[in-house]
Amino acid sequence: MKLRPLGVYAFVYLAFLYVPVLFLPIFSFNDSAIVAFPLKGITTEWYAELWHNDTMHGALWNSLKVGIASSVIATILGICGARALTRYHFPGRAGMAALIMLPLVLPEIIIAISLLVVLLQLGFSLSLVSVTLGHILMAVPFSIAVLTSSFEGFDRSLEEASLDLGEGPAATFFRVTLPIVAPGILSSLLITFTISLDEFIVAFFLSGTEPTLPIYIWSQLRFPAKLPHILALGSVLLVASFLLLSAAELFRRRAARRAGIAASGGFL
Amino acid sequence: MAAVTGAPDLAAGGSRWARFSRSEAVVGLALISPTFLYALLLLLAPVLAIVAFSFWTQDYLTIDRTFTLANYREAWSDPLYRVLMFRSLAVSGLVTLITVLLAYPMAYYLSFYGGERKALWLFLITIPFWTSYLLRVFAWKIILGYNGVVNASLMEVGIIAQPLEFLLYNVNSVVITLAHAWAPFAILPIFVSLEKIDRSLLEAATDLGDGPILRFLRVTLPLSLPGVIAAALIVFIPTVGDYVTPRLVGGNNGLMIANMIQVQFGKANDWPLGAALAVSTMVIVTAASLLFVAATRYMSSRFR
Repeated sequence: MKLRPLGVYAFVYLAFLYVPVLFLPIFSFNDSAIVAFPLKGITTEWYAELWHNDTMHGALWNSLKVGIASSVIATILGICGARALTRYHFPGRAGMAALIMLPLVLPEIIIAISLLVVLLQLGFSLSLVSVTLGHILMAVPFSIAVLTSSFEGFDRSLEEASLDLGEGPAATFFRVTLPIVAPGILSSLLITFTISLDEFIVAFFLSGTEPTLPIYIWSQLRFPAKLPHILALGSVLLVASFLLLSAAELFRRRAARRAGIAASGGFL
Repeated sequence: MAAVTGAPDLAAGGSRWARFSRSEAVVGLALISPTFLYALLLLLAPVLAIVAFSFWTQDYLTIDRTFTLANYREAWSDPLYRVLMFRSLAVSGLVTLITVLLAYPMAYYLSFYGGERKALWLFLITIPFWTSYLLRVFAWKIILGYNGVVNASLMEVGIIAQPLEFLLYNVNSVVITLAHAWAPFAILPIFVSLEKIDRSLLEAATDLGDGPILRFLRVTLPLSLPGVIAAALIVFIPTVGDYVTPRLVGGNNGLMIANMIQVQFGKANDWPLGAALAVSTMVIVTAASLLFVAATRYMSSRFR
């Protein structure tokens, strides 16, 4: 690869995206309760502390529950949405798609306060369920975006062949369509789970007395003495997000490849 | 096979075709209905509820449902809310300008010189914006803080003797942090619009005597404009309502409108006023966005 000025710029830009976040893990291993340069030495004390922190474990467990529930439901809703939008034409299609995708651009605080008002007015109390409801709303557009690419590359003649060979629409969906788009679905599950795991604003307004992990982090930011401990937790969260997203990307690529192969197979 | 069996269906007459197309619409509607109903019940209805609340008043715990414009009068006349609103718009406008200007060359490089590594680049760019927003903002607190990375390194080199205090807890730190946090969002739409440009148009421009700069201004830039507009809106609209960044790195002089909305729904316990502030913000943001799109379209049509 030739070194162009623009290429250098691209690398600097990428570094700008990553470097700020890298300070979290750097300081999380620093052997000092004060988060400042110069570094004092290497320690794993803060990580060991995480291991014994029951409040944090409670928050982690809450986050996992919310994450699993919202990723599964958001992906099911995403499958319906992506399938309907890529395969069928129906009246009101554009308007419905616009409303479903709206959370992508709406400030999160609007989603949070409007859900807060409605849930409390209807007499529901705030709990992990209300957080899950909000996370589903925010995750569905991302699920649809991921799934659309695997549904779009999909060769429809495979479904037609299955129908011609006597399978019903439902059997065709489960035996032909689903296996082909399975990697896309896995990718959607991982991405929506990560969104829920890292989401703060909606959880901040709707979690009531049960904190999720980001709420726990927020509550601890006030105490300077807890900072290294939070940095350790943040670093773990960053690594977990990175791994989940890398896996999601692998599945997404496999989905694209599978759709591509299926298409060329249909062509033959 | 499908094409062969499909043809007689078409020929068989209008009624069967109509039934077929109707069933296609019905299946589509049935499929999208769970997702659509969810958005209807948990997004549209609640947002409409907020609009309704903004016309009501609250007396401690009871809501008075008589129509009034008092909340809007307060939201639009109180100097505090005005300052916060103007600051939110100014900060977001500046952040949008910076992110789009910085993102364009990056997207250009990816689209034209990305080569086989394009997918890897895109993946690396998108990773940060999936990771915790809270932690990315928090990282800037460590970098810009009194004993932070910037101050410590400047003192180490000997450029300054005392830590700089103007780095954190003001509008500048909010702008820097937001520009960093939203950078990836601006790259993707611009990249997509650049990818769509038919490369033979660029060859044609060269053949017809345009140099690289003229070619960029007359072909590439106008054709990528939809991506630039999309990028600007994707950054501008959510950042106006950002809560975390002003709260964590803004100090008292860097707070924005979302912080005030949160106060109204929290400590101040005046939901109708909070709702009026939220609705006002949405209306102003929408108006500003429409104005921006119209202005950009007009400018580009003038210069072509």
